Amino acid sequence: MSSDAATAANATSTSLPRIDALSGGPGGGPDQDLEQPRMGLGSSLPAADARAKTEGTFPYAADLWAEGLLWAAVLRSPHPHARILSIDTSGAEEMPGVRAVVTHEDVPGESNYGRHVVDRPVFASDLVRHHGEAIAAVAADHPDTARLAAAAIAVRYEVLEPVTDPEKAFEAEPLHPDGNLIRHIPLRYGDAEAAGEVVVEGLYRIGRQDPAPIGAEAGLAVPRPDGGVEIYTASTDPHTDRDLIAACFGLEPDRVKVVVTGVPGATGDREDPGFQIPLGLLALRTGCPVKLAASREESFLGHTHRHPTLLRYRHHADAEGRLVKVEAQILLDAGAYADASSESLAAAVAFACGPYVVPHAFIEGWAVRTNNPPSGHVRGEGAMQVCAAYEGQMDKLAARLGIDPAELRLRNTLSTGDILPTGQTVTCPAPVAELLQAVRDFPLPALPKDAPEDDWLLPGGPEGAGEPGAVRRGVGYGLGMVHMLGAEGTDEVSTATVRVHDGVATVICAAVETGQGFTTLARQIVQETLGVEEVHVAAVDTDQPPAGPATHGRHTWVSGGAVERAAKMVRTQLLQPLAHKFGMSTELLQIADGKITSYDGVLSTTVTEAMDGKELWATAQCRPHPTEPLDEAGQGDAFVGLAFCAVRAVVDVDIELGSIRVVEMAVAQDVGRVLNPSQLAIRIEAGITQGIGAALTENLRTAKGLIRHPDLTGYALPTALDAPDIRIVKLVEERDVVAPFGAKPASAVPVVTAPAAVASAVRSATGRPVNRLPIRPQAAVATAPKG
Amino acid sequence: MQSVTLPTSLDEAVAALGAMPAAVPVAGGTDLMAAVNKGLLRPSGLVGLGRISELRGWHYQDGHALLGAGLTHARMGRPDFAALIPALAASARAAGPPQIRNAGTLGGNIVTSAPTGDALPVLAALEAELVIAGPEGGRREIPVSHLLAGRELLEPAELIGFVRVPLLHAPQVFLKATGRTGPGRATASVAIVLDPARRGVRCAVGAIAPMPLRPLEAEQWIASLIDWDGDRGLAPDALAAFGEYVAAACIPDHAPPADGSEAPPLSPAVLHLRRTVAALARRALGRALS
Repeated sequence: MSSDAATAANATSTSLPRIDALSGGPGGGPDQDLEQPRMGLGSSLPAADARAKTEGTFPYAADLWAEGLLWAAVLRSPHPHARILSIDTSGAEEMPGVRAVVTHEDVPGESNYGRHVVDRPVFASDLVRHHGEAIAAVAADHPDTARLAAAAIAVRYEVLEPVTDPEKAFEAEPLHPDGNLIRHIPLRYGDAEAAGEVVVEGLYRIGRQDPAPIGAEAGLAVPRPDGGVEIYTASTDPHTDRDLIAACFGLEPDRVKVVVTGVPGATGDREDPGFQIPLGLLALRTGCPVKLAASREESFLGHTHRHPTLLRYRHHADAEGRLVKVEAQILLDAGAYADASSESLAAAVAFACGPYVVPHAFIEGWAVRTNNPPSGHVRGEGAMQVCAAYEGQMDKLAARLGIDPAELRLRNTLSTGDILPTGQTVTCPAPVAELLQAVRDFPLPALPKDAPEDDWLLPGGPEGAGEPGAVRRGVGYGLGMVHMLGAEGTDEVSTATVRVHDGVATVICAAVETGQGFTTLARQIVQETLGVEEVHVAAVDTDQPPAGPATHGRHTWVSGGAVERAAKMVRTQLLQPLAHKFGMSTELLQIADGKITSYDGVLSTTVTEAMDGKELWATAQCRPHPTEPLDEAGQGDAFVGLAFCAVRAVVDVDIELGSIRVVEMAVAQDVGRVLNPSQLAIRIEAGITQGIGAALTENLRTAKGLIRHPDLTGYALPTALDAPDIRIVKLVEERDVVAPFGAKPASAVPVVTAPAAVASAVRSATGRPVNRLPIRPQAAVATAPKG
Repeated sequence: MQSVTLPTSLDEAVAALGAMPAAVPVAGGTDLMAAVNKGLLRPSGLVGLGRISELRGWHYQDGHALLGAGLTHARMGRPDFAALIPALAASARAAGPPQIRNAGTLGGNIVTSAPTGDALPVLAALEAELVIAGPEGGRREIPVSHLLAGRELLEPAELIGFVRVPLLHAPQVFLKATGRTGPGRATASVAIVLDPARRGVRCAVGAIAPMPLRPLEAEQWIASLIDWDGDRGLAPDALAAFGEYVAAACIPDHAPPADGSEAPPLSPAVLHLRRTVAALARRALGRALS
């Protein structure tokens, strides 16, 4: 599911998305909208670019053009593991229209790059470590010529046996000079000898979800007269990318400029530098602008995926169902390169028990290298995989003890003041029980027998093979948690500038709008603080101060916080002279509807008059409190904040065919504060839908390390028919005091929780264990009709 | 791309292909252009079939319908067509999202011969014949199954002009199992066609083999159980047995090894596919007879 497409489509629709929580329950009309403010925080301000995106006129990187541009094509390895014996580029170089061919020998600076760990070659030199690894790149005057020339490069390989089973990676020959073990966290918390009266065990496998952005990777590199290069691309972390690119070119960072174009969908790190570095290199080599527009296949081969994960669990509980101890082994398949694996593993280990109180926990986590496609950051990484497993365990425990699954969960829920297995005390709001009760108590959707027959969309779709007599309905629960912002000591900081002139405000901040709604939020913050209605957000490039990556909901928090501080500084500059004149402090003056009024309403002037033609600027930074890395026992205050979500899934399963349709997802989420109701609902709906994809269809399959179906037919994303009714039944607005505005980022936690809830519902419909995601049809087949 | 011609009649199209042997005919382009975009195919010329109006409709001949090869899935999915050949209409409605159905054609579905082509099991069950146009007004007919099995191929400069399908005036059902609720490729599909005049049931299973499979013995057995002059109903046990029969015929057990030892069991995925085929065949026949 592309978050971006969803944003564009929804933001301009005539009816706002349904939030039952805000409109007084199901069936609540849109009259609630009248109570929303027109602008500022709490309003459903639509995205400024929504119309252009809906109409298809919004320019993305693939639409860019420059006079005299050349086209790039990348030669990628057809093998997952091979030694390169020779690379002969002469066939390509001799082709008419070819302007440059580059290989590892042509990389002037660092030969490796990596956003988190610098371990990945720009071009494979002696060893290929995954299917689709870049080997050479070509620039030519026509895209077809470039592709043909890339195909004409003769590479001799000695094909090696790929290591594709992560369990065998420990014993295998090192695939990389850094070794096969990327990270091991042995978390120890409590008493190893503790034991419960009831013990349940489970083995869970989570597949390889791809971020599958609707727009594939694309970019335009333009050489600069000073020997540098400008790269126009949909980077989600432009400053890090610039530094990596510059290092590979052997240039000072200020000679490379990354200009961020529209982002066509991002649920992970976008525009891997592996696309941008060859592009820039070709531009430097040829002195011409060079454009690259990846095909869908290349996009699947070139970017990182969610970590396929193997999880073994043992839960101990007392006879009343209270958890005593959790033991788990978690193995993340990192693929060939480290990327975000270390961070993902930390999240997986820290949240391995979920939002439950567990007195004793012993969790071993490993991230290992294989010759599978590289894994990296995808929304909710680490947390999503363990959620599917620990919720499977909770269902098992409930079945063993004969306790209702929701009730069993309620006996164990975490709340503020409890301690995580990492030893960190939960200081933020943690209304887990309240969330679960909200979804549990929400009325169930009508059974088909109570609804008109043609309204019943059977599993398999409108022209499918579904038969009402074979359909069983199931209800399941998921409780999920994620951390917010970078963890384990990451320096989280963002810088923003606010300028006001002539009644118009401008925000300059290098936080990339990925569809998460940052630009809309920035406008709302300035509206709220300065009372200026017209606010523009400048396009992002690396000449601006860094704002960090668009991950872990950090821009709502860190960049939003920076914008607020800058806007407040402007406010002080604006009000100071007036306050002095009126003889009162600036806090006693209010700005609303273009007017400045004193607290008692006696004194008043317009903003325009107060501005007096001046131009006001302010720049501020936001840096949340620091965190610390997990120690050798997996202990430490590693996370700035946590967000929670409860989902109740209702599914229909055709128990003969094993086809599954999600009927309804009821969501209750801990959001701190609703900043933009419409945008929040869109984010939750997009997250839930992405989670349904992970639960049912999204798995980038490989065979011996080769990606099997790198296209959108083989990799089935949820369509409108697969997306169920998503009912947001409760948004708990308990402000997080350390977060700007008290708001918690909202996009990731529904992705984490939805797959677990769907699996739980399929368990309830079929009585089958369901321990693998995505759920294969054969796992949802029940031979005997359910009780 | 050297040239694109847009003939307006079938014979013109055949002549254009004869004059330019390296050119490739293109109708909806839903498969061809995907191959071109992937770099698998670089045609030096194209003969566009979209302006040949005689191929975009159908006419009747001796109790048969002669369907133009240029009929789109969208057109075949409409109610007037569904009244004529219900299973073909159902397969057309299931053949992907609206964008594909608006462009993709019946003839294209046949020449692509993808195992998952939704129209193919229906055409196999209907025992459709292809009317193939050749140079100088030549016409020949071959059974669709011969083309799909590779027993007969299209010669250079030949085009599928029409598909001759019997009008049976009896229930027909097409069912397909897919991986998601939205449009998707079939993991297995079943077409059931009743032929009351010949007291026959014809069944074809798609997507599980390179070409549609016909379980002939199962067809004959079930046809012998049906009371053709009565209500044509069958007991649930008979429907279930038919499903099992079809599935076992299309997905047989491993042959026992020569040394007389036990044959290895089918993998869980194959067993699931067999169960799916059985359920589809049972449901399809049940719906056809209800």
